[in-house]
Amino acid sequence: MSEHVVVIYPHPDDEAFGASGTITTFRQKGIPVTYLCGTLGEMGRNMGNPTFANRETLPEIRKEELIKACEVLDINLEMLGYRDKTLEFESTEEVAQHLYTYLEKIKPSLVITHYPGHAVHPDHDAFGAAAIRAVEMIPEQERPAVWAQAISRSHTIELGEPDVVNDVSDVFEKKFDTIQAHKSQADGMLATVKNQEEDIMAAAKQWLGMESFYTWKY
Amino acid sequence: MEPIEINQLQKHIDDRANKSVYVHLETTNGAYASHFNEDAYNVGAFIRNANVSYQRGKVVGAGVTYRVGLKLDIGWIYAEGVNQFEINDQNQLLMAGHDREGRLMVSLQISETPFHY
Repeated sequence: MSEHVVVIYPHPDDEAFGASGTITTFRQKGIPVTYLCGTLGEMGRNMGNPTFANRETLPEIRKEELIKACEVLDINLEMLGYRDKTLEFESTEEVAQHLYTYLEKIKPSLVITHYPGHAVHPDHDAFGAAAIRAVEMIPEQERPAVWAQAISRSHTIELGEPDVVNDVSDVFEKKFDTIQAHKSQADGMLATVKNQEEDIMAAAKQWLGMESFYTWKY
Repeated sequence: MEPIEINQLQKHIDDRANKSVYVHLETTNGAYASHFNEDAYNVGAFIRNANVSYQRGKVVGAGVTYRVGLKLDIGWIYAEGVNQFEINDQNQLLMAGHDREGRLMVSLQISETPFHY
């Protein structure tokens, strides 16, 4: 089976903060990566500082940022057209079927998604659950590995230590560029470290230099 | 968006009274509120493209933030904490309140055509 990584997250920028270092190391090995992005982050709260977006322009701005981030990472992008903050109210089975149509075509060797119940944002939990359900639809002997990302406070207590821990400091410049492509969101997120640290990249590396995942057990 | 100029905003609210309009009303402290601060609660609500007609709308407040109330035939729509507004190229009236970091805390939007997305 040829290698192809599929990343399944609901918001533009989830890939940047959560997995762009890991994605970069796959791309360096020539492995294709496809990002199935659920929404356009329509309900994001960060409007730039000073504000340059509003509730109605934000989706288009975030769409442009997402396209740019995927160019930085050199990955394929599929925008799935769901609406921010509503994923948990969709039918898990229908969303899983939708995701399965992509998995069926791509036949990935690895799927990266959020760990349901440990991903903090309701969209993360719901999309992670649908992604895992979609992989489950693939016959067992053809099923790709699933790396599920947990970010809850309680994940190490409840799940133990993650079994995939990637130190991405060697490729951190690429991760930082990817985050910055999401300008509307990055300005706000990075402002919190910017206030405390002079070297923002070093501070961000401290905070985002490791990417860890749990291998999903069916 | 621009800081609220109360007379100007009042005129835009008046212009849309007694018409069939679509409303977007939202307030939130973000999905990560209790993740970053254990003492916080996540709260939020939004309603999008509610189709209503208001008899009268009024903006009240001075200086930093404003309150906007819309009186319906048998009810009310209310938002507190708005501090910026604009009329966009679709002739939609957008009002919002942001915190110091530019994060949206509340928004109230009125349009004669449905909002996208």
